[in-house]
Amino acid sequence: MQESISKEELDRAFDARFPKEMQVKLHNAKVAIAGLGGLGSNIAVMLTRSGVGKLFLVDFDVVDVTNLNRQMYLIPQLGKPKAEALPEILYQINPYATYESVCIKVTPENVKELFAEYPIVCEAFDRPDQKAMLVQELLTQCPETIVVSGNGMAGYEDANEIRTRQMMRRLYVCGDQSTDVGAGIGLIAPRVSVCAGHEANKVLQLIMQGACE
Amino acid sequence: MVKINGEEKAIAEKNLLEYLKEAGFEPERVVVERNFEIIPKDQLGNVTIQDEDEIEVLRFVRGG
Repeated sequence: MQESISKEELDRAFDARFPKEMQVKLHNAKVAIAGLGGLGSNIAVMLTRSGVGKLFLVDFDVVDVTNLNRQMYLIPQLGKPKAEALPEILYQINPYATYESVCIKVTPENVKELFAEYPIVCEAFDRPDQKAMLVQELLTQCPETIVVSGNGMAGYEDANEIRTRQMMRRLYVCGDQSTDVGAGIGLIAPRVSVCAGHEANKVLQLIMQGACE
Repeated sequence: MVKINGEEKAIAEKNLLEYLKEAGFEPERVVVERNFEIIPKDQLGNVTIQDEDEIEVLRFVRGG
């Protein structure tokens, strides 16, 4: 068992597989994730594995036993704020990226202060009214920010229904846009992960297109 | 005609908030863009839909 890894070793592993230009763009990128549940925790892990240099993680909640079916958290982290628990996981994947996190509830009053400096924000909330609030406030208060949002990923219907669409000039929406939680349909790891993968992949595309330069 | 989510509808002169409710949208769950500009939730009741408006209504469902 190896306890740690040097930055050089990690960089070499990345060098061997991807062009330098891609590494530099990813390293210089900064991405905010609002909501660290099934979508947000999976997006954060994927972006960390992809080499994104800085993540800003926002959530007010603590890790609960009902999260274990789809979120990245582990049993020893139960009861811990997600804003603390997620960086612990990310540091074990890449200790050399920057992770900032804050345990706070997002409101219309703090959206600008939290997110305006981020060129890309992932909306990864659970409740539809909170999703709508965040997307509306980001698009109106943060004029430089591109929003990648998740909408519709419950149940185990065909995962091919989950797609990425550009809905507005600065808004991409990932999901099937229809399956609501309720009526016996819950959130299950595979489709939640597929939707998180769509969000993370759109973020990578935006970074490679120069969104963070 | 008014284009709403890509579909043409004869809804000019209607109040935007009233139209959304009639069409089954819950105002708390939507983000509305009119002619490429976001209409904040608390302004929806102040907007009269005009002929040739292009309106996008994004309706959110639960899950994340």
